[in-house]
Amino acid sequence: MADVIIALIPASAWGVYTFGWSAFYTIMACILTSVGAEFLYQKLMKKKATPYDLSAFLTGLLLALNLPAGTPWWLPIIGSLFAIIVVKQVYGGLGQNFMNPALGARVFLLISFATQMSTFTLDGVTGATPLALLREGTTTDLKDMFFGNIGGTIGEVSTLMLLIGAAYLLIKKVISWRIPVMYLGSFAIFIVLFGGHGCDINYLAAQLCGGGLMLGAFFMATDYVTSPITPMGQIIFGVVLGILTGIFRVFGGSAEGVSYAIIFSNLLVPLIEKVTIPMAFGKGRVKDGK
Amino acid sequence: MRRATFKGGIHPFDGKNLSKDKPMQVVLPKGDLVYPMAQHIGAPAKPVVAVGDQVLVGQVIGEASSFISANVCSSVSGKVKAIEKRLTVSGAMAECIVVENDNEYTTVEGFGTKRDYKKMTKEEIRQTVKDAGIVGMGGAGFPTNVKITPKNDNEIDFVIVNGAECEPYLTSDYRLMLEQSQKIIDGLKIVLSLFKNAKGYISIEDNKPEAIKALQELAAAEERIEVKVLKTKYPQGSERKIIYATCGRKINSKMLPSDAGCIVNNIATIIAIYNAVSESTPVIERVVTVTGDAVAEPGNFVVRTGTNYRELVDLAGGFVSEPEKIVCGGPMMGMALYTLDVPVTKTSSALLAMVKDPVAEAETSACIRCGRCVQACPSGLVPQKMMQAIKHNDLDMFEKIHGMECYECGSCTYVCPAKVQLTQAFKLARKTVMDNRRKAQNQ
Repeated sequence: MADVIIALIPASAWGVYTFGWSAFYTIMACILTSVGAEFLYQKLMKKKATPYDLSAFLTGLLLALNLPAGTPWWLPIIGSLFAIIVVKQVYGGLGQNFMNPALGARVFLLISFATQMSTFTLDGVTGATPLALLREGTTTDLKDMFFGNIGGTIGEVSTLMLLIGAAYLLIKKVISWRIPVMYLGSFAIFIVLFGGHGCDINYLAAQLCGGGLMLGAFFMATDYVTSPITPMGQIIFGVVLGILTGIFRVFGGSAEGVSYAIIFSNLLVPLIEKVTIPMAFGKGRVKDGK
Repeated sequence: MRRATFKGGIHPFDGKNLSKDKPMQVVLPKGDLVYPMAQHIGAPAKPVVAVGDQVLVGQVIGEASSFISANVCSSVSGKVKAIEKRLTVSGAMAECIVVENDNEYTTVEGFGTKRDYKKMTKEEIRQTVKDAGIVGMGGAGFPTNVKITPKNDNEIDFVIVNGAECEPYLTSDYRLMLEQSQKIIDGLKIVLSLFKNAKGYISIEDNKPEAIKALQELAAAEERIEVKVLKTKYPQGSERKIIYATCGRKINSKMLPSDAGCIVNNIATIIAIYNAVSESTPVIERVVTVTGDAVAEPGNFVVRTGTNYRELVDLAGGFVSEPEKIVCGGPMMGMALYTLDVPVTKTSSALLAMVKDPVAEAETSACIRCGRCVQACPSGLVPQKMMQAIKHNDLDMFEKIHGMECYECGSCTYVCPAKVQLTQAFKLARKTVMDNRRKAQNQ
């Protein structure tokens, strides 16, 4: 947990730098509510309180990074309560939830408070996100997208900062390459085939850098609890994510589909694991060692 | 040269430096000798002496009682004091013959006579191995004569000597490789004489360069023998892994090595074969590493079977401080002892005494499905799912996801960040499944 939080520091810091104090307040509100809600729930249910495993802290941080900076103060609080109580603790707490709590809460907020959740301001100006612009046919400067000078949620805007964090996680072997690489790879192929722009590099890059794809691919799809444990399962999971995100973005009603894709794929994990239990050592052919 | 290995596995702290440069020291027992009748896999031996009988060094005192069983020979001369249930290393009571040492060490007739294996028939060699009570001395204790008697001699392609010694702290095989390397070559030649199509491999992990060098020099003169260098990784020395690393064949829990054309013997076992066949000496002693940070002077000792563990501690200069944990065997698969009043058997490889017991302090937290156990499992299993099946009391599921292929190496438990006691749960589940199968069969 600590490593994932460390890996998210660059993206969080960039969010605060870009969007100002409102981003900082949102992050703090999410973290405090999450940790507090978990602690209270565990006390009330007479379970062992586990604030130091940092999982609630991480859920709060991830949720905050998925919210727009200038949200009303009650939005992060409602979201955090939903994430911790409904998505996580009711199912038995750490390790038992079938859906990523931060994403579950985000989608809950998206559906319930659509206006507040899709109002993005950058430098005091309310505007559309790059993906929304792409849908209308205009593109954003790629350099801005890569470095993070665009509108969006607190944590998704700087591809560079997210990649720095992702590199840290990969080097420390906290996450494996399987899910993110398969996710981004299959998504890219889907966009080339069905995106309607062919091999347009600019369009493809904008799709890859925008809409929280990097945040989702490296930090949320790789969530241990809600992703498959088998190596083959992780590959399949990544491909399913890529295809679903592609479908949601190209054919769906909203510009972005990462959250929906991950949550939907989370539901498939038990099935994926069931069909990808590896062959035990020595169960295959004998003499050639296959 | 590419170092052979397998997928999965772990790199635990090895602790071999404590005792690896201590030459073997031959010691004689002081107290009474206790011989459990079950020192091997299979049926326990049947006592063939009575209380009050006089026994000699090398005399068979327990006879193999079925096909998978092994003789037990006395390692001293003296009087049979008792035949009764005594505590053994496993923590269970087992029938034991207690011999009072007369300190004369009078041997049976023919003991130590030199023999030429080339003049013996295959049957004679196998019978000698059987009479000598040789079992796998690496720890499992499978009767060796059964191992070297496959269905078809001509279908054996590889005879492997297991010199991996991948368990941390253990150095008894290493010392044998350095100090008795010629016996290993000669023992391997004896086994190779049974299988005309087989090639002999001595497989050694690359953290033992001196042993590799010593055996490579000797093997250079032998046409059918080669030293295979393996990557240092736990559990490289398990039978299934060493076969795969050495010759690329895979066996599972339902197969014997001979089903894949392999015969595997541990270093100490191959020397026991040499001793039995060429020097007419049954298994009456073995090398035991006495080590750990609670031990004053760690070392490798050649002790007689039946010696009390307490004497081993004295040999190593006693304890420097009260140990919190004493393990018989290596730290990964060995058994924790609650008393030192148990005898050394054919399979005792080490006595490990630790000042602190980190395992007892560990507190289990929730599994977050991080998957480290999946990466560590050398058998390609999914320990997390197996544990889930056990928690749901679903032993059918446990079997369905290949749970019975686990051989309890402990890698998953070692890497688990939540300190879930996976191996322990699997051990119990496997036992329950096997008990259920036996019950179903008997009905």
